Amino acid sequence: MFDVVVDIVLLTFLATTSFAIMRMTNLFAIIMLFGIFSLLSAGLFVVMDAPDVAFTEAAVGAGISTVLMLTTLALVKRSKEPYYDEAPKTHTAWLPLIVVIVTGSALIYGTWDIPNFGSADAPSQTHVARFYLENSLPDTGVPNTVTAVLASYRGFDTLGEVTVIFTAAVAVMLLIGGKRPKSVPKTEGEEAKDEA
Amino acid sequence: MDFIIGHYNYWVVIVLMMVGLYTVISRGNLVKKIIGLNIFQVSVFFLYISLGTVEGGAAPIIAEGVKVYSNPLPHVLILTAIVVGVATTALALALVVRIKETYGTIEEDEIHNLDHSL
Repeated sequence: MFDVVVDIVLLTFLATTSFAIMRMTNLFAIIMLFGIFSLLSAGLFVVMDAPDVAFTEAAVGAGISTVLMLTTLALVKRSKEPYYDEAPKTHTAWLPLIVVIVTGSALIYGTWDIPNFGSADAPSQTHVARFYLENSLPDTGVPNTVTAVLASYRGFDTLGEVTVIFTAAVAVMLLIGGKRPKSVPKTEGEEAKDEA
Repeated sequence: MDFIIGHYNYWVVIVLMMVGLYTVISRGNLVKKIIGLNIFQVSVFFLYISLGTVEGGAAPIIAEGVKVYSNPLPHVLILTAIVVGVATTALALALVVRIKETYGTIEEDEIHNLDHSL
């Protein structure tokens, strides 16, 4: 019961934070709130018995993502005040709002068929999960089932993950690494003016 | 009441999903769009982990005297997804930096205007 109360309180915090992120216009504040959002999610993952996911989310989501976003913000800020604000909106976006409300209603209608949170006889619990829990220790000698599945049973998936990260790293280096011209190449007319 | 408590997780997941989607499609600032995308992503993580939770279950680390564990499979999938997610976020942010260098702005409207005035 205590678990459920903590779960509900944290989820409510999370929803509130996401609304604040959507409504605010100061990008610096938004990025800080996103860090809080990730940390709250890490807490929730612990409540939902997923400590491995919580570690990763706290380190990668709250740590690396926030640092990356702050670094980007430092590079893309405006040259004069206000440095970090997004441009004021000129109109209310009705079409996106309608799209979101319709999609959300359809998805909520879909939840009627999902078994209650935490029920042990849900279809997702009765399939292969039991096999991994029973066999991972004798098969691999690793007590942590998540590690056993990640690195042993589904090792090729993890290799694919590493490929994705490598590709992303190469792409980022190609985009912003190394030497490149400071500004857009000038047209001929402008060059002539500069020389004169 | 049981139904509400049993489905509260999924409803908040959908609210987060829709907040993320709305931020992506209605805001013009590219950094804010990426943050919206990240919120959407985290909501999908919650959907998976919620589906894998078993009431009274322990974390899936095999130990003496523990009978009920939560489902380890969603945890594995989401571990992979979190790491891939940060890789794609880094790539998107690098693109934003390049766009800023070329156009001098990261607001979508201004970029469109610059494109049309060429």
